[in-house]
Amino acid sequence: MTYREAIRAGLREALRSDPRVFLMGEDVGRYGGAYACSRGLLEEFGPERVRDTPLSESTFVGAGIGAALGGMRPIVEVMTVNFSLLALDQVVNNAATLRHMSGGQFSIPLAVRMATGGGRQLAAQHSHSLEGWYAHIPGIKVLTPATVADAKGMLLAALQDPDPVFIFEHAMLYPMEGELDEDAGAADISQARVRRQGNDVTLITFGGSLPKTLEAAEQLASLEIEAEVVDARVLRPLDISTFLTSVAKTHRVVIVDEAWRTGSFAAEISAQIMEQGFDHLDAPVARICAAEVPMPYAKHLEEAALPQVGIIVKTVQGL
Amino acid sequence: MSSRSLDLQGVSTTFTLTGEFEMQNIDINTIAQSDLQAVKQNHALTLLHEMLRIRRFEEKAAELYSLGMIRGFLHLYIGEEAVAVGAMQAFGQQDRIVATYREHGHALARGVPIRSLMAEMYGKANGCSRGRGGSMHLFDAGRRFYGGYAIVGGGLPIAVGLALADKLQSRPYVTACFFGDGAVAEGEFHESLNLAALWKLPVLFLCENNLYAMGTALARHQSQTDIAMKAQGYGFQGEAVDGMDVLAVEKATRRVADWVRQGKGPYLLEFRTYRFRAHSMYDPELYRTKEEVERWKERCPIATFQTWLRQQQLLADTTLAQIEAAVDHEIEDAIVFAEAGPSEPVEDLLRDVYTQEG
Repeated sequence: MTYREAIRAGLREALRSDPRVFLMGEDVGRYGGAYACSRGLLEEFGPERVRDTPLSESTFVGAGIGAALGGMRPIVEVMTVNFSLLALDQVVNNAATLRHMSGGQFSIPLAVRMATGGGRQLAAQHSHSLEGWYAHIPGIKVLTPATVADAKGMLLAALQDPDPVFIFEHAMLYPMEGELDEDAGAADISQARVRRQGNDVTLITFGGSLPKTLEAAEQLASLEIEAEVVDARVLRPLDISTFLTSVAKTHRVVIVDEAWRTGSFAAEISAQIMEQGFDHLDAPVARICAAEVPMPYAKHLEEAALPQVGIIVKTVQGL
Repeated sequence: MSSRSLDLQGVSTTFTLTGEFEMQNIDINTIAQSDLQAVKQNHALTLLHEMLRIRRFEEKAAELYSLGMIRGFLHLYIGEEAVAVGAMQAFGQQDRIVATYREHGHALARGVPIRSLMAEMYGKANGCSRGRGGSMHLFDAGRRFYGGYAIVGGGLPIAVGLALADKLQSRPYVTACFFGDGAVAEGEFHESLNLAALWKLPVLFLCENNLYAMGTALARHQSQTDIAMKAQGYGFQGEAVDGMDVLAVEKATRRVADWVRQGKGPYLLEFRTYRFRAHSMYDPELYRTKEEVERWKERCPIATFQTWLRQQQLLADTTLAQIEAAVDHEIEDAIVFAEAGPSEPVEDLLRDVYTQEG
């Protein structure tokens, strides 16, 4: 099963099992979703529960918040993180704050999904990796499913959560094949996960960089360096303890993050490891991030701008 | 004033002197003429009482602000009371209210307890938002008062979503969404009107046009200053109402709330009103003349309504004195409640960020 099919399976299961669940967003109905995640769902569940919206990101995200306040369990698909910038006011000022500024009177059980990331030559306006920005905001949860199992399991977990959950699906992962237990329900959304065991170095990553990091770990193994790969999975609330356990074993850390280096989520992970695990470190924490440039269109330039397997291997060797 | 009329058709809600929410079901056909007159008088006096509560509450809040007892931003509604009080008569307990950061009047008119409002202004744990919101973020889930939005236009999409939830669950409720003329310039206004009309949602858009977006006059921020007309661009109806006439506001709102409740889609009312006080406590009011403000004050919704009530022989001096005394007493009591209220312990700083703590 692919990552895309796992999301669709999650959507279908959610729509089947809970009448309060509905899906809305740009082109989720007739078109079947810009990434085909919701193909067939309009036919199965009808236009009341699979709702095509106008290109009004701020209002349909805000309407998701309102519908959640009104007793529904909305899944809002914002086509891509790039367009989510038009809805940031609703995210930052309403979704994240309403519970707190009402003194705990309201919960907002809202799931917002969007594609994120670069790598497809879509240039400077369609290649953002801004999940780290979202993770800055208390009041929301931020998930970055990087496996087929998490693609479904995290969506179901988001729908069981009483608070607003933002799910960032890396666009390069949609065709990825993987294992999925048909009966698997909601995934844990509180912990990071070790995806590969190793004793020599800890590679921390999330989302679209996980497959690259695992491939780099295989290449390192052939060079007799055993890397432990930790998938952060949940950027907020962040599970720092899993990182520290690994660092206590390996004493070296490289963080791979597709966002720009300055102010990146990699910087946050690095700071927390330094604050809480300084004594475990035998070398400074290293970061592999995107180059500080709006994403160029040309293939070779885009490849150079993004973290790649080669640079991960090289960075580890240089530690 | 002669155009005012007290139409009781469909009166269903009122508030007692203490601001508690009560339901009254009145069948006008079954009551005697003398009783009808009494009901009319009672309702009219309730409207006056509600407007006076808001006026005095805010006058006191301004006073407490200059004494440093209330901080943050304080946006006064003085001059616009007829809108909140008149409009709120049209909504039942199950209807939903979305307001702005100038929402003391809406909260009071909705029946949010005055004690909890004053305590909120004081930042106390017994405030309606536990002291986390302040003047701009008043909430009361039990009274379906959904706040309290301080980013102009930000409440409109929330209202659309609440209405969507009701429609999807086949509930006959109306979501009333208050906003100012400034919000009309925001994209969310246009997106929300479009979506509500497209999906035929039970939202009543209530624009309080006080002629200024903070300090920018309507004609300086709108290419088309007829706000009510803008609904037509989205295929539904809008109309302008004299927002200084509480009876006109009530009558219009009842009529269109019924329309919305019947599932006919959204409706836009533009209440033409005026803010007598500065935008906030920091505003030196350089953008309008004193003469303009004075001219509008001659149309004060409370003073003109009192005059009309006297002409109709519905208001005796003793009654007014009783109402004034009740309001003063209620506000003094609220201040005592707020001042005695507990401050939340700093150890609880991080509560209510997430539903499940930790």
